[in-house]
Amino acid sequence: MKRTYLGEFEEIVLLTVAILGDKAYGVSITEEIEQQTGRSVSVSAVHAALHRLEEKYMLSSYMGDATAERGGRRKRLFQVTALGNRTLDEIRLLRNRLWDNIPLRIFSTSR
Amino acid sequence: MRPQPPHWADQLLEWFCAPHLIEEVQGDLQERFQKNLKFFGEKTARWEYIKGVLGFIKPFALKRNVKSSQSSLYLNIMISNYFKIAFRNLLRYKGYSFINIFGLATGMAVVMLIGLWIYDELSYNRYHKNYDSIAQVMENQHLGNEISTFSTLPMPLASELRTTYGSSFKNVAATMTYEQIIAHDDKVFTKLGCFSEPAFPEMLSLEMLSGARNALTDPNAILLSESLAKTIFGLVDPINQPIKLNNAFQQRVVGVYKDMPKNSQFNNLNFIAPVSLIFSGGAGADNWLSSSFDIYVQLNKDYDKTAIDKRIRDVLYQHSKDASKPELFLFPMNQWYLYGEFKNGVNVGGRIEFVWLFGIIGFFVLLLACINFMNLSTARSEKRAKEVGIRKAIGSVRGQLIAQFFSESLLVVMFAFILSIVLVMLALPFFNKVADKETFPLWREPFFWLAGIGFTIFTGLIAGSYPALYLSSFQPVKVLKGTLHSGRLAAMPRKFLLVMQFTVSVTLIIGTIVIFRQIIFAKNRPVGYSREGLLMIPLTTGEIQKNYRAFHDDLLQTNAVAGVARSSSPMTGIWSSANNLEWRGKDPNVQAMFGTICIEPDYGTVVTWEMKEGRNFSEKFSTDSSAFIFNESAIKQMGLKNPIGEIVRWHDKNWKIIGITKDIVMRSPFEPIEPTVFMIDDRQRPFNIVDIKINPAISSREALDIIEPVYKKYAPNSSFNYKFASQEYENKFRAEERIGTLATFFAILAIFISCLGLFGLASFVAEQRTKEIGIRKVLGASVASLWRMLSKDFVVLVMISCLIATPIAYYFMSSWLEKYTYRTEISWWIFVIVGMGAMVICLLTISYQAIKAALMNPVKTLKNE
Repeated sequence: MKRTYLGEFEEIVLLTVAILGDKAYGVSITEEIEQQTGRSVSVSAVHAALHRLEEKYMLSSYMGDATAERGGRRKRLFQVTALGNRTLDEIRLLRNRLWDNIPLRIFSTSR
Repeated sequence: MRPQPPHWADQLLEWFCAPHLIEEVQGDLQERFQKNLKFFGEKTARWEYIKGVLGFIKPFALKRNVKSSQSSLYLNIMISNYFKIAFRNLLRYKGYSFINIFGLATGMAVVMLIGLWIYDELSYNRYHKNYDSIAQVMENQHLGNEISTFSTLPMPLASELRTTYGSSFKNVAATMTYEQIIAHDDKVFTKLGCFSEPAFPEMLSLEMLSGARNALTDPNAILLSESLAKTIFGLVDPINQPIKLNNAFQQRVVGVYKDMPKNSQFNNLNFIAPVSLIFSGGAGADNWLSSSFDIYVQLNKDYDKTAIDKRIRDVLYQHSKDASKPELFLFPMNQWYLYGEFKNGVNVGGRIEFVWLFGIIGFFVLLLACINFMNLSTARSEKRAKEVGIRKAIGSVRGQLIAQFFSESLLVVMFAFILSIVLVMLALPFFNKVADKETFPLWREPFFWLAGIGFTIFTGLIAGSYPALYLSSFQPVKVLKGTLHSGRLAAMPRKFLLVMQFTVSVTLIIGTIVIFRQIIFAKNRPVGYSREGLLMIPLTTGEIQKNYRAFHDDLLQTNAVAGVARSSSPMTGIWSSANNLEWRGKDPNVQAMFGTICIEPDYGTVVTWEMKEGRNFSEKFSTDSSAFIFNESAIKQMGLKNPIGEIVRWHDKNWKIIGITKDIVMRSPFEPIEPTVFMIDDRQRPFNIVDIKINPAISSREALDIIEPVYKKYAPNSSFNYKFASQEYENKFRAEERIGTLATFFAILAIFISCLGLFGLASFVAEQRTKEIGIRKVLGASVASLWRMLSKDFVVLVMISCLIATPIAYYFMSSWLEKYTYRTEISWWIFVIVGMGAMVICLLTISYQAIKAALMNPVKTLKNE
């Protein structure tokens, strides 16, 4: 089956959205990634990835509540779509299968 | 107040970021800013904010969402789709497209040509800067029961106006224009030029190439036109070169002026010399009784024409005490050309009628072309009906469909406009020749383009209006279900338009035929003399006059000449007239005008006139020097019962009537014959012309070769100048023939455009009925019966058009003929012939399509489904 290709960063963003559940929006996703990976991420990069994922129908979005620290502006909240979930599953399965196929000998030597 | 992110960064973000993203982006950045503020302080937060904003300069943030900017982008796509569909339709139906575009282009080209023509007519004389303030002094004379208007006036009137009435005029100039001999060394030419008072060149605002406009105060000066200076002097500087005028006056060139454009009344003036030369021979410059000068005045600004008219009205009468009670008035330059006709002392228009006529014709030709377009578009509407239905079902509103069809017609009109410019460029040389104009396309005038494009849009809207409004009114359900029956009623407007088209064409054709019939009628008018081989040589210098007898005898010695006689007027004009003849039984209160012509006794045989009563002049009777011969019209005017032997009093002398000639056409062949009196006393009227009858056994070319050396022998300093009576007579028809040719041109185009339309419609109908024709053929219909079936509808329509056109054409043409006294009548057969002609043309046009349809193989037409 032909599958939509996901970049590494896109995959991370998609996973982060999945982690955050119904609290996934620009800033929270950025912070989560920063915490999880320890690397500094720009808001715009996250937005761009979200935008691309939405175009690939992996994410869906809706406008949430406004808060004072946002200057009264609303957030765009993201959810993983069914396609997004399936894609994540497929990626995981593929990785697992690849891991399973590594001969034990290599593991032992590397150890 | 809590710290805020940098204002300019915010503004930058708002400027570049797509409107539908701005809220979330700005919100997120703001939130980050607040957190950074808390943890790292204001400076870092601000810095991070700026970095964040700059980070958003990425394609996804810059790109505007299609849905949100609906108004502009959507429209672009929609319009480009319209044009795409329009192009496809044009290419798919090449025949229709050709007829549509070519027909419209022809119409537009005609309108452009007419527009150029009208522009030229309206700009006549405008070359002169004082266009609005120049006027000619004219005279109304009471003659008989009528008032006649004359432009020639006595010389002293000019100085009288200048001195006594000078406050009304800025300038006054008397002029006299005729052909004169102009010579430099051995180069001799006969050219039209004028003698004028010094102010004249200034009034005309001549553009001087060298020298001064006001140099004519020197009595030995002369101004030359650029072209004449070039022919005489070539590359030599003409200034101060000697010029000999009429073999008598030694002049010096003091200036060269640029040739006046063709649409100026004075275009033919090759030179201007001082008027004082005319009086150098001792002739009186103060003779109030001899009227031979054109007097022009330049008025002060803000003049009041009626007041001046009133002031100068009786000036001439006060001095001449003429019995005709002359009244003077001003005739402004801006009326000379277009309103040049007077009847009974009142201006009755003139060429402006043609400006209107052609304007209307142009309008109609364009209308025909538009009708074609509308007709073909509506005829094809059924083919487009499904498209309209689907568009409507998808959600097009009616306004959009109207816009679509308008844009389609605009596209076609645009093509037509470009094509028409090409056509105009191709046709212009021919058109200029026919119309005797020097019009040129005004490519460089912004006005032209403005008018052209305005006109394109206007035509596009008019031509597209019907299909646009009609097609967009279809109901999608009916169309898509296939139940749209454009039955009898749908074809009605189409039929109506076709009838209109043919009505216009047929009217134009009838008009053209009547014009030509009138010309032919006037040409066939018995002229009363024989024009064949009749040569007229003007006596411009005294050389021939001095040795006339010898010249006369020498000519007769050659075998080329059958007869020679002098006269005071040429055969094709009457140069002098008198209103002071008295005879027995004359009503003393009524003035009668007679053309006066002095002739030699041989004249009658040279021009071969016919005597009705009495006898010709003869050298045998010395008393003939005080004898008159009248023409028939003169006798009719005088009302004499037994004219021969009657005594007429003129110039304090008794003249005996010795003969009556049959009428001779000397002036306009369209007007009644002028009463004319002939005499042989050349003290009354000087001889101006030598009339020569060429030996009929010899061709005129050979005869000229023989006559020229004889002329040169006696007049070595003059150029040999001659005119054929037949040619001069032909020239009298020029104006009418020009109108006739132009009208033919337009009528042919009109019928051509109509036929194009008819052709398109016929092919459409034939195509629509292919299945029916196939079935009919299978059932045994013959080609002839199918042809009849297909042609019948159109023939009926053309017949109706002929019926409508007949009274319209009759009305207009009979009022046109009114202005000719000598005129043909409009016979019924013209209408019959034109009607039949239109029918034949119509049948030929349709038949091609009808026969093509009837010959089609029914298997093929029925098979496809």
